[in-house]
Amino acid sequence: MVAFTIQRLLQSVLVMLTVALIAFALFNYVGDPISNIVGQDTTLADRDHLRAELGLNDSFIAQFARFVSHAAQGNFGLSYQQARPVSQIILEKMPATLELSFTAALLALIVGVPMGIYAGLHRHSWVSQTMLTVSLIGVSLPTFLIGILLILIFAVVLGWLPSFGRGAVVHIGWWTTGLLTAEGLRAIILPAITLALFQMTLIMRLVRAEMIEVLRTDYIKFARARGLTSRAINFGHALKNTLVPVITITGLQLGSIIAFAVITETVFQWPGMGLMFIQAVSFADIPVMATYLVLVGFFFVVINLVVDLLYYVVDPRLRIEREASANV
Amino acid sequence: MTPKNTEPLLRVENLRVEVPSRRGALTAVDDVSFDIAPGEVLGVVGESGAGKSLTGAAIIGLLEPPLRIAGGSITLSGRRIDTLPYEAMRRVRGKEIGVIFQDPLTSLNPLHTVGHQLVETVRTHLDMGSVEARGRALSLLGEVGIAAAEERIDHYPHQFSGGMRQRVVIALAIAASPRLIIADEPTTALDVSVQAQIIALLKRLGRDHGTAIMLVTHDMGVIAETAHRVAVMYAGRIVEIGSVRKIIDRPSHPYTAGLMASIPRTSGPRGRLQQIDGTMPRLNAIPEGCPFNPRCPKRLSRCRHDRPDLIPSGDADVACWLYLPVSEPTHA
Repeated sequence: MVAFTIQRLLQSVLVMLTVALIAFALFNYVGDPISNIVGQDTTLADRDHLRAELGLNDSFIAQFARFVSHAAQGNFGLSYQQARPVSQIILEKMPATLELSFTAALLALIVGVPMGIYAGLHRHSWVSQTMLTVSLIGVSLPTFLIGILLILIFAVVLGWLPSFGRGAVVHIGWWTTGLLTAEGLRAIILPAITLALFQMTLIMRLVRAEMIEVLRTDYIKFARARGLTSRAINFGHALKNTLVPVITITGLQLGSIIAFAVITETVFQWPGMGLMFIQAVSFADIPVMATYLVLVGFFFVVINLVVDLLYYVVDPRLRIEREASANV
Repeated sequence: MTPKNTEPLLRVENLRVEVPSRRGALTAVDDVSFDIAPGEVLGVVGESGAGKSLTGAAIIGLLEPPLRIAGGSITLSGRRIDTLPYEAMRRVRGKEIGVIFQDPLTSLNPLHTVGHQLVETVRTHLDMGSVEARGRALSLLGEVGIAAAEERIDHYPHQFSGGMRQRVVIALAIAASPRLIIADEPTTALDVSVQAQIIALLKRLGRDHGTAIMLVTHDMGVIAETAHRVAVMYAGRIVEIGSVRKIIDRPSHPYTAGLMASIPRTSGPRGRLQQIDGTMPRLNAIPEGCPFNPRCPKRLSRCRHDRPDLIPSGDADVACWLYLPVSEPTHA
């Protein structure tokens, strides 16, 4: 277990270094950082001076090493647009995005898994068939369209829910949350549904397919032959065996939810990192873009690590094989 | 050997299993009748697809749709069980009829310890607390010959060898002390050396607890070793049923005779092994008359048109025109 964790951690570090390299390349290959900083009438001598002062004449390796060591300490430089530390901007925006993402992921799981189980157990019922057909719409409609449709129906026509923003927020230390105010809760409903819909249908279809697969296995037939109750068979035996692929996909999807909140945040003007990223792109605010890239990479790596460790909890075969090979 | 004159534990009468197809229903098990007495071991032999396993599945009420029981009755200790609703039949499975499947490698849930699966089965059928049930699980493991049960009970199935897993499967089958065990090819997936151990175990359990066993197999060696009586199935029908000695030494039906002649023997003169020409017909191409007639070396002309019923002939029941008074008229 420990060896496995260390191995995965080393792999994660490697992935993060690669992501950092790409982010770092942004600085050097997307425009000239000096021209981004100074005004048009700065003399060439001043520019050279600044270049030397900022260490931009150092070797690529040295510059990259400095970028990584600064990044590791949470120092991502100053935003070109706002002239404030990027880390500060990110910290302000992160709670909004994480809250939206986790709410959406939770919604997708809470609705998607039971629907998938139902559709897998009663595959020929009309309810299952309807869910499958509707889920096809969820998979194929683009996110922004769903968001706009929801706004049209619930904000414009019915006027039940706000169409943009995060509502009132409460500060808890550096974290801000909208989940503790009625206004904030109302504000998160539409964007969370928009973001969750695709994942929900994906999880539902996955759980359904896995359930159907597992229900065909010999150990389920044997469980029936032992006279176990349907409840014990479906939930104690079948569902547990569908969990490994479901955990994998859900984990990966949580990463995508965070990364692709960009579109939903733009549609709903949700003040999170996605919206921040879009604004940074339009201003060519490279430090912000690079930081966002590193951060999204970091989220993916952490989630994958957690997923790998969860396999251990769920599947004893993995546990024992690893232990056995470690003891040899 | 055969316990006689006792109320049968299991009585199967005129069982018909059908599967619907585009050209009407196909009959997979056709008019099958037999009894099993308490403590008796009935061997059921035949080629793959003869309907042996389907008969077993029909008895425990676990035919896979679209297969269904289309006729006949199944009675366990005087109670009709083929018409029971699902929940009532669930209580019969495991409690009154234990089942052993062919492949021990896939019969156990890989994500639960064998102890969990045993305790779960025990507690489903017997009124026991978890401590008591665990005690029973331990004694079951001991009974099926698993050493160091205290330690093994918390192991996962993949930590057991094939033979050991089949022992666990047997422990699960006898967890609630059923009076009948249906063993569907219990040794087919195992090494020959392990097969003998598993058969010995089944025999011992049957003897010790007075458990009847319906032993489905295509291995005549296992039958000769274990069974009291044998039913030979061909194309969904029983063609001959009788005591094991009679069937092995003096088979009546030409198909049974062919089966016996195709078994290698280690004693006596060794000649070329016999084989039965042709293959068993598919469900949608069962010939008119006796299903075996196209392959039968002793075919009579009426075999092509009239289907013989299972009729007592000496010390066995045989479905073959050779063993009937020729004068007896049937519907022509």
